[in-house]
Amino acid sequence: MKHMTEFRQPDLSRALMEAIKRSCHKPLRIMEVCGSHTMAIFRHGLKSLLPPQIELISGPGCPVCVTAPQEIEQAISIAAQPGVIMTSFGDMLKVPGTSGSLAELRAQGADVRLVYSPLDALALAQERPQQKVVFYGIGFETTAPTIAATILAAKHAGVDNFSVLSAHKLIPPAMEALLDDAEVRLDGFLCPGHVSVIIGAQAYEFVSSTYHKPAVIAGFEPVDILDSILRLVKQHEAGQARVEIQYQRAVTQEGNIKAQQLMQEVFEVTDAAWRGLGLIPGSGLKIRPKWAKYDARSYWDIAIPPIPEPKGCICGQVLRGVNKPPECKLFGSACTPESPVGPCMVSSEGSCAAYYKYQGNLL
Amino acid sequence: MCIAVPTKLIKVDGNTGWVNIGGCELRVRLDLVDAPGVGEYVLVHAGFAIHKIDEDQAEAALRLLKGKA
Ligand code: SF4
Repeated sequence: MKHMTEFRQPDLSRALMEAIKRSCHKPLRIMEVCGSHTMAIFRHGLKSLLPPQIELISGPGCPVCVTAPQEIEQAISIAAQPGVIMTSFGDMLKVPGTSGSLAELRAQGADVRLVYSPLDALALAQERPQQKVVFYGIGFETTAPTIAATILAAKHAGVDNFSVLSAHKLIPPAMEALLDDAEVRLDGFLCPGHVSVIIGAQAYEFVSSTYHKPAVIAGFEPVDILDSILRLVKQHEAGQARVEIQYQRAVTQEGNIKAQQLMQEVFEVTDAAWRGLGLIPGSGLKIRPKWAKYDARSYWDIAIPPIPEPKGCICGQVLRGVNKPPECKLFGSACTPESPVGPCMVSSEGSCAAYYKYQGNLL
Repeated sequence: MCIAVPTKLIKVDGNTGWVNIGGCELRVRLDLVDAPGVGEYVLVHAGFAIHKIDEDQAEAALRLLKGKA
């Protein structure tokens, strides 16, 4: 696809950067909600090239980072049950709970496996009918429909030793919580591209109508990100507040209706605890009673009380954009990607991991 | 983690499609998109195609950008 490489064109990026510099006069605090945007911004060294009035703040869009510690403990307790095979996406295995991580539990003999897709977990359940295969599902609206489709596939195939431990979260309620937080002070959002593929631009209307802030849905190439920042700058300078789709090759106003319907069929909205942001009403997804057979919580209802952050870790502040990772006393000394203290250093999309890996790009 | 890779469908059989990512042939489910055809580009996330890329839209956006920048 020819145009893919064109969204990386250095000439176009340079021209956009110049246009940003020409247009930007007022200070502007932009939050990039999505962890993949954080990674792209660091990888291409965009932060250091932007004019000093523009501050880019990383938000809560790293699913591993926002998973509450008690949810991790719950997954660990279920993984320790006899006959269970616990599966999840890579980074989730490494996040330390109070009693170690899933990866450590595996080292002690538990069957914990990394999968690329929930379908791999379903296939494993079909191969191992004597065991109970649990998929620890984290992620946002991008991932939730794939889990819903997998549960439907499990029903279709008559598999009854497969279940999901759902810790799925919804992005717009978290953005609303950040806009209500006096400490955070944002002037606009770079909205997550792939969450928006599913929910559409309509889901962010409240940002402009209720909070009068601009929001631009951005793609992931350097040209996409710079074009989106330019759009935010222009709106901000003109005192406007609109939702714009920059990532037009993937995002529509209404989103992916088929995926939304599947999500609706399997999940219902619930309150959810976010690391750093606390309990946010209507920000999580739980499996509907109709699908209880595939809900890991209906087999193992292991309630874990809230657990405090690891000592000294300020991930919570980092996820709200109130502090930058280097302001954490443990950053780079007691806490590194090799031996992480908090999830923001574990996940390859976490802000602490990005700052650590690309420190050179900031100087 | 919400990474989705744009890839070309090289084979389609009902609900299943095949794409080539970095030289590896991978199977993807097509439950979440309206019947894409061979040769179309889809965004793939966690083993599922989640969107059909609108190539005309992409070309048009680029043309517009080049005029603007
Ligand atoms: S550097 Fe480590 S300890 Fe500090 S906030 Fe980040 S993850 Fe937590």
